[in-house]
Amino acid sequence: MHDSNLQRPWYKRIRLFGDQPVGLIFSAPYIVFVLAIFAYPFIFAIYMAFHDYFFTAPGVQANKPFVGFKNFQTVLTDPDVLQSFRNILVFLIINVPLTVVLALVLATVLNKGIKWAAAFRIAFYLPYITASVSLVGVWMILFSQDGLINAFLGRFAPNPSWLVNEHLAMPSIALYVTWKQLGFYILLYLAALQNVPQELHEAAEVDGANSFQRFIHVTVPGVRSTTTLVLILAIITGANLFTEPYLLTNGGGPDGASTSPVLLIYQFGIQQQNPDLASAIGMVLVILVGLLSLFVNRLNKER
Amino acid sequence: MHHTSKIRVALRHVVVILAALIFVFPFYFMIIGAFQQNPTNTPDRLFPMSGWTLNNFIAINSRISLLGSLFNSLVFVVGVLLGTVTFGLLTGYAVSCLKFRGKGFVWILMMLVQMIPFQLLMIPLYVQIARNYGLGDTYIGIILPFAINTTAVFIFAQFFKALPPSIFEAARIDGAGELRILWSIAIPMVRPALVTAVLVTFIGPWNEFLWPFLITKNTSMQPLAVSLANFISSVSQSMANPNGAILAGATVLAFPVVVIFCVFQKYFTASDIGSATKG
Repeated sequence: MHDSNLQRPWYKRIRLFGDQPVGLIFSAPYIVFVLAIFAYPFIFAIYMAFHDYFFTAPGVQANKPFVGFKNFQTVLTDPDVLQSFRNILVFLIINVPLTVVLALVLATVLNKGIKWAAAFRIAFYLPYITASVSLVGVWMILFSQDGLINAFLGRFAPNPSWLVNEHLAMPSIALYVTWKQLGFYILLYLAALQNVPQELHEAAEVDGANSFQRFIHVTVPGVRSTTTLVLILAIITGANLFTEPYLLTNGGGPDGASTSPVLLIYQFGIQQQNPDLASAIGMVLVILVGLLSLFVNRLNKER
Repeated sequence: MHHTSKIRVALRHVVVILAALIFVFPFYFMIIGAFQQNPTNTPDRLFPMSGWTLNNFIAINSRISLLGSLFNSLVFVVGVLLGTVTFGLLTGYAVSCLKFRGKGFVWILMMLVQMIPFQLLMIPLYVQIARNYGLGDTYIGIILPFAINTTAVFIFAQFFKALPPSIFEAARIDGAGELRILWSIAIPMVRPALVTAVLVTFIGPWNEFLWPFLITKNTSMQPLAVSLANFISSVSQSMANPNGAILAGATVLAFPVVVIFCVFQKYFTASDIGSATKG
């Protein structure tokens, strides 16, 4: 290595840019891509949120003054915005426990040895990899007023029907998302279950624990870090809701009962042409998600 | 003891089969309904024997151009794949096998991309790409934010890192350039990673709705996910019985991904897809 270095011409021996400076050229397109598509818009979003930013005709320069926290004040006192955050809370209250319990139970059952396990894994995973637009179309028909679900429920069918009922619109979305994402979480838990030592199960069995007790006292603590990951991913998914309220409940209806912050970002930023307010909602959302994720992570570490 | 364990095994299968039915049923409903004159809304007609038709596909095709939308989806996906495979492989190789100044910075950028949520970026990206660069309703505008899939870069880097460095050293001493080493030595050794990365990269843009929805107003430029959404939310309301047409469109959009997933099942792992399809 050192000998070969001596034989190199002087300009290669200096190695100002490392042993293989060509690496910088290889990574250059990616560096430019991330700076242009992620870093710059990120800073631009923060800039817009603190300025009175509006769209101008191409080539026209207009003064876009700094306004401090005014945009934040506007969005945080807007009842629609507050409602959308409350909706996400409703979503999480339904989606998170359902997801954690169902995914863990199904993963545990799959892990215990089942015939045709591969086929079941495919079945559970199908909704996750399929386009949301397709599946929302199917659910819309299934859960419509005269749909199959209501026909099945007969006189127990809710009135007004699921997607147009202000108390059921958001729970319907939560149910849909749970169904769509569950396969992914099952696979996460399946991977985690491989790392729970078999000896623990055996020891508990010797101590006379039945399979439910073993599930609660061995399996659940054994996959705790995965549960934290599942919680954080579920929070991020909830914060990201757009396609579902846009299509499934026809634009966050009825009467805003299922609007999401991202739907409002779209409406504020593009339909009403207030990108500054939209960016402010985006920042509030990101900060809330960050805080919630930190909190969940802290809970995991404390125990 | 033996008796109870048999019951337990049976119970396990019942739970899993019930769950699998709930997962698969909407797909069954979608496919059957797509080929039925009147998709059922009552439980007693869930197993139709007659009434098969292709008219639903003709009906939706008369309102949105199925072939045109499929072509746009394909261009979107191929553009993302080309960008990801070429630049992603170069970057993945560089950060895992080469020593150069700025390598740490590239790793930081890769982490950064995983952390910044798209919902914060969608408005500034829209302003930038549609307003400032005038790339609304163009393929470049649709592709640009997805052009290099960072998850694929991570997959490439992870696989390159697992290769023994000695083979690269040997090739270097023989005077091979880095591009040649990458092309003739490194890439052939990570073929499975290539397949996984391509599959994972394919699914994201094919299913993506939000960004192409923002950036395309012209229906002739819309990928299928967007034109189907438009059909569901507005166009279908002018039809007497749009359910069959909606299910036909949903089937066309879902079909390629479902088939690819079933065929290449073993190449998918949870962690890869999870971070890639977030968009």
